[in-house]
Amino acid sequence: MTSPQPRIGIVQFPGSNDDRDSAWALSALDAETVLVWHAETQLPDLDAVVLPGGFSYGDYLRCGAIARFSPAMAAVAAFAADGGLVLGTCNGFQILCEAGLLPGTFRPNESLAFVCRDVRVRVERTETPFTSRCEHGQELVIPVKNGEGRWFADEELADELESRKQIVLRYAEPVNGSVHDVAGLVNERGNVMGLMPHAEHAIDPLLGSADGALILASLVDAARARTLSLV
Amino acid sequence: MRATVLVRPKAGILDPQGQAVESSLRQLGFAVGEARIGKVVDLVIDETDATAARAEVERMCAQLLANPLIESYEIELDEVDG
Repeated sequence: MTSPQPRIGIVQFPGSNDDRDSAWALSALDAETVLVWHAETQLPDLDAVVLPGGFSYGDYLRCGAIARFSPAMAAVAAFAADGGLVLGTCNGFQILCEAGLLPGTFRPNESLAFVCRDVRVRVERTETPFTSRCEHGQELVIPVKNGEGRWFADEELADELESRKQIVLRYAEPVNGSVHDVAGLVNERGNVMGLMPHAEHAIDPLLGSADGALILASLVDAARARTLSLV
Repeated sequence: MRATVLVRPKAGILDPQGQAVESSLRQLGFAVGEARIGKVVDLVIDETDATAARAEVERMCAQLLANPLIESYEIELDEVDG
């Protein structure tokens, strides 16, 4: 029996711009992808959900503040509450924070500049559905592209996340002033992850790095395991 | 009734926009100690009772207009200019 392709849904908000890149990358890593329009009130049958990068609703008010109220997000919240795997990248991370599915929030970069370049991030945890293919302490090169990528939480909250080991990826170089150098974190249960660098832009050495594939392939593995457990 | 919501970055929260404006003002020769940048939201609401209107706008702030992790807000009601 060939291993089944997991189905991964990618939510398209008005202003998303990495939706098709994410679909392309996940397809290349052997997942079946389904684009889900933000106005849908129900998700199709899925093994995982990806919230892509972009500028949903023009980033008006605060990044992700409007998108979190789109009908599809209520379905995503229910999916996550059921233990479903959710990965939000960049704007997707911002939406997850605004929706309260991940802790903290985002502020404009310390430098005031839009940062668009490859950065080094360090893997702090490998026993998550999003980093199982990585090695502890491994440095990955993945691009970021954001103006408001400075993750923020007060010290008390940041310390809580440290003690619960929710910080999964940390910048290994100065990037945007994120508190505790957070580049990626998971919720307490470990089934929802926010990722500021764009893994989907780093899945082929031709594009400068294939390190992002380690993260997305981890997700595909976990989503496939979920499919198998339901067979 | 009209309501005005002032949303500000909380004290201690780094405000790069404010810093940029502050340094520009200094370059122009103004003696500025600090500049912080927030947002103004002007609302026209149907509610005519001031207490109920304030409670309504409070709910708007809590749900959407401000992020309590980083922002504080003030609500001003203007009952005259209905």
